[in-house]
Amino acid sequence: MKHFARRLKVQDNVNTDYVISGRYKFKIQDPKELAKHIFEDIDSDFAARVTSGDILVAGENFGCGSSREQAPQALKSAGFHAIVAKSYARIFYRNAFNIGLMLVECDTDFIDDGDELELDIDKGKLRDVGKGLVLDTKPVPKLMKKLLEDGGVVGHFKKYGGFQLE
Amino acid sequence: MGKTIAEKILSNHAGRDLKAGDIAVCDVDFCFGQDGTSSIIIDSFRKLGAKKAFDKSKFTMVIDHSAPSPNMGVSAIHKKMRDFAKEFDLGMYDIGCGVCHQLVPQKGHVTCGDLVLGADSHTCTYGAINVFSTGVGSTDLAITLASGKNWFKVPETIRVAVTGKLPKGVSSKDIILHIAKDIGSNGATYRSVEFYGDTISNMSVDARLTISNMAVEIGAKVGLMEADEKTLKWVREHSKKEPNPVKADPDARYVAVKRYDISKLVPQVAKPHAVDNVADAASLTGIKIDQAFVGTCTNGRLEDLEVAAKILKGKIIAPGIKFVVAPASTEIFLAASKKGIIETFVKSGCMVVAPGCGPCVGTHNGVLADGEVAISTANRNFKGRMGNPNSFIYLASPATVAASALTGRITDPREFKARLS
Repeated sequence: MKHFARRLKVQDNVNTDYVISGRYKFKIQDPKELAKHIFEDIDSDFAARVTSGDILVAGENFGCGSSREQAPQALKSAGFHAIVAKSYARIFYRNAFNIGLMLVECDTDFIDDGDELELDIDKGKLRDVGKGLVLDTKPVPKLMKKLLEDGGVVGHFKKYGGFQLE
Repeated sequence: MGKTIAEKILSNHAGRDLKAGDIAVCDVDFCFGQDGTSSIIIDSFRKLGAKKAFDKSKFTMVIDHSAPSPNMGVSAIHKKMRDFAKEFDLGMYDIGCGVCHQLVPQKGHVTCGDLVLGADSHTCTYGAINVFSTGVGSTDLAITLASGKNWFKVPETIRVAVTGKLPKGVSSKDIILHIAKDIGSNGATYRSVEFYGDTISNMSVDARLTISNMAVEIGAKVGLMEADEKTLKWVREHSKKEPNPVKADPDARYVAVKRYDISKLVPQVAKPHAVDNVADAASLTGIKIDQAFVGTCTNGRLEDLEVAAKILKGKIIAPGIKFVVAPASTEIFLAASKKGIIETFVKSGCMVVAPGCGPCVGTHNGVLADGEVAISTANRNFKGRMGNPNSFIYLASPATVAASALTGRITDPREFKARLS
């Protein structure tokens, strides 16, 4: 499957209220329904531009603010293959891996909306196909890789009866 | 090498010696969810196949974000929470009890030295009473509900010293807004912050809770304070649990040390749409407001209501202003009522709503219209936070909010000098 960049208009400090507004998260429980409203307050037609397999591109401190797990859930349900950002807020970081959504940290300035991207977290490389650029990504911690392999923390916990840190 | 408070509390709960950067599985003393997060806690708990809670005395749910329910969707979530509590014989605080971050310490669920997880980002509030408490998502919380444990990365620590006598009309809210301006919304990400200094020592526990509450607004995992006599008196009055105060070692390692002399600090206001976008209240007097709000886990405590009421007493708010007050708990509501504070609010033209989060998170109790401006004692002013992306939220202390409601524009509370606490 090919992956294309979906770059946010606002890059830094995108909080989870912006990912999915409290207006929706308190009354809609279906993540697919929530996915229709992602980033609505900062980019009203963003959700309509996302296709399955896209990679979300953001800047510093992505996912700051509220602890709502509906934020990564809505992004996963929108079809995102992964998120690439310069850095993440800590609660969002945990929540994303917990539900099996891959987060990658690296420089994102060179990525334009619509660029074709190839991501290899084992090798720690992000390739912009059209630009011919290859970037090193920050290593994904072992535990996080395990959570992804197990489809999230629920699968991981059931498989091992606890956390496998090593 | 000495240890920080965070390193010590996490070591105590992992049963082994930990330092910043380590990852460990720790035993959790208490955990909880609220009505914005509990639905997924319940779903994840069921997906885990858990048959029971690890310890039902160490968990609760609080209905505070939309209480009472404003629509059918929320009503369904509230009912789901009540049914779950009944099925597994778990504690819960239903509509009207108050905000989770007031109830968890006030009802004695936590004490000094505890490790606490909440499915709400402002769980960092109890750092003020020497609790390592931090926010997580719903599935993380479900793991802890089922097992009593979770994994933690031990954070590095920033040491913050706040010194100087607090000027009249300036409060702990102004201090934390001032710190947010300096450190930035990303400045303490994944770190613990330890607050020290004579300003903190001289503050009430209520005022300290306001500072720790907003630690997450600079990205921090927790905002810790040492337990002094005031802390111990407070926790003993509220909890039967034996406190285990934890101090940092004199040779603990810090990633940064910050100092703030607040003796000349003036009332601060965070402008739309970021908490670190802070200016002096006096520089914003041209901004007209449509709504004022006193309440939330940041500033809905008795002391906050008292400060606001003292400014309002015997006066009527400016024409056309809507002023919403939400006490942080039933007990605070009653105490404020006894003191005549509630009467002052009502006579001044305010509307007192049920204890809970009020309009902070935009689900009810005062959703803003397009173009409207609110001044609020809450902790977040993100675009759309109060329910409308085309409105504007300014954050300030209870004194600044009350003064602004009287004039109808953002006002430095020192304009009402005789009425300041």
